Amino acid sequence: MSQVTYREVGFNGLWKNNPALVQLLGLCPMLAVTGSVVNAVGLGLATMFVLTCTGAAVSLIRNYVSDAVRLPAFVMIIASVVTCVELFMQAFTYDLYLVIGLFTQLITTNCVVLGRADAFACKNRIGPAAFDGFMMGLGFAVVLFIIGAAREAFGTGHLFEGMDLLFGPIAANWRIEVFPNYPQYLFAVLPPGAFIFAGFLIAVKNGVDAGIKRRAEAGMVKVKRERVRVTGAVG
Amino acid sequence: MALLRVTSPHAHHPANKTGWVMLQVLAATIPGIAAITWFFGWGTIVNILWASVLAVTLEALFLKLRNRPVGFYLTDYSALVTAWLLAIALPPYAPWWIVAVGIAFAILIAKQLYGGMGYNPFNPAMVGYVVLLISFPLQMTTWAEPRGVAGAELPGFWQAFQFNFGLVDRAALDGVTGATVLDVFKQNNTALVKDLWANPIFGHFGGHGQEWVNAAFLLGGLVLLARRIFTWHAPVCFLLALTVMSAAFYDGGSAASGGSPLLHLFSGATMLGAFFIVTDPVTSATSNRGRMIYGACIGVLVYVIRHWGNYPDAVAFSVLLMNFAAPLIDHYTQPRTYGHEKAGTRKAGK
Repeated sequence: MSQVTYREVGFNGLWKNNPALVQLLGLCPMLAVTGSVVNAVGLGLATMFVLTCTGAAVSLIRNYVSDAVRLPAFVMIIASVVTCVELFMQAFTYDLYLVIGLFTQLITTNCVVLGRADAFACKNRIGPAAFDGFMMGLGFAVVLFIIGAAREAFGTGHLFEGMDLLFGPIAANWRIEVFPNYPQYLFAVLPPGAFIFAGFLIAVKNGVDAGIKRRAEAGMVKVKRERVRVTGAVG
Repeated sequence: MALLRVTSPHAHHPANKTGWVMLQVLAATIPGIAAITWFFGWGTIVNILWASVLAVTLEALFLKLRNRPVGFYLTDYSALVTAWLLAIALPPYAPWWIVAVGIAFAILIAKQLYGGMGYNPFNPAMVGYVVLLISFPLQMTTWAEPRGVAGAELPGFWQAFQFNFGLVDRAALDGVTGATVLDVFKQNNTALVKDLWANPIFGHFGGHGQEWVNAAFLLGGLVLLARRIFTWHAPVCFLLALTVMSAAFYDGGSAASGGSPLLHLFSGATMLGAFFIVTDPVTSATSNRGRMIYGACIGVLVYVIRHWGNYPDAVAFSVLLMNFAAPLIDHYTQPRTYGHEKAGTRKAGK
């Protein structure tokens, strides 16, 4: 596993093995908090931070913890980091914490975090492990952001409402009216809307992949030799 | 000796063609549409026309995108049936974009994304309706007031067109819109049922106008039944279950009463649902026994949601819930194949 490159790790996290679109992990926060951009970005950033920290920590202890108890150990680490994030949010973004606090706690049980710890971090050195956590988190956060933006725009007609909850007073006037005089489209704000938008995003990703493959087969684009998936199966 | 060299099915009667069946279904809705138009003005006709244009256009576009034969699928008229049923279910003066969102959802997501005609697990018109109902509760619950009750003159065709497309101020519509009978029942906590009848929107036993609309759909449905477009099992069991439930909880008309069986049979979307929605061959159970269970469960659910739920009418929700259950019902009601033992009854090791 030591021959894995940063480039591949990054590509895996952002696109090829994207936690939200390919592994379909962490669906609960993806469906529950993506009603607006601020919630989605808040939870995306928190997840990203947790993934990076747990990746590094799990990688550090990988030679000292036996296989039999590794999962409880991982969960302990994840829970500690999540608690840190939660306290941090209570201290600095309390209003946002009131909205998505419950889901911040649930990052502990987010399968992406445990999945990456078990599939990648515990088999790699600290550098790649932390980077993998960061890129996976980024891939997750980007998907959350896109779904959040789509649901906020189609659900309420505006974007970036209440970004000051996350970024302070500087973001108070980031709000954009996408569709003026828009009647609320509750369906997009409610969880079924998240299913539909996530489904469309997965379809777009698969469509792009199929397009690249088709063009590669037609010999128009040279694609690097496919290598075997490096991360193993994630349960 | 002449050997038959064609494979089954051997019957080539036009009654077997989907397009002909769908056309008869469309024709059978006409009495109901006429009744709606007489009692509530021309809004529904405007919606039906607009919905038909949209549905056919979207269906053609998506069939083209999916590389399916456009003409073949358009001439089965299933898109038109979806459009008409959804437009009939909508409030007559729903704005044009309500119709557009509903049709787009019904045709694109509920039908074409699942594989098109024959592959949709849920009734497209009901999916469109439910999406609209949970998304735009205000617009979806301002029903029109019937002729003779409405404060203002009912709009004519051109006027209805202007209202629905927002060409004139919709505030003028306030005179002709109001609550339905089922809304009144839902919100009533104190009045006895016989006192509710002082409200002019109540008719002889159901809603004023609504009872005739339902009777007209019943007529259309009976014609379809006589022409054997569908079997009696699902609609009759649906109506029977609704009757039994409403009779059981009628309690003679106290303030907590759920309304008489006649009120439930002839209000809201009961008859439209019974003969035009529940009988959808694609999304309902397939065997006759299965259809009886399917219909009866919908009837029970309609009453449960109407009486104890949050929504005044419930045909769409109940149908969608039972669409979910239809494969399960099919699994347990498989008819015995002739010459074989019933599936699942064979003893192990035999």
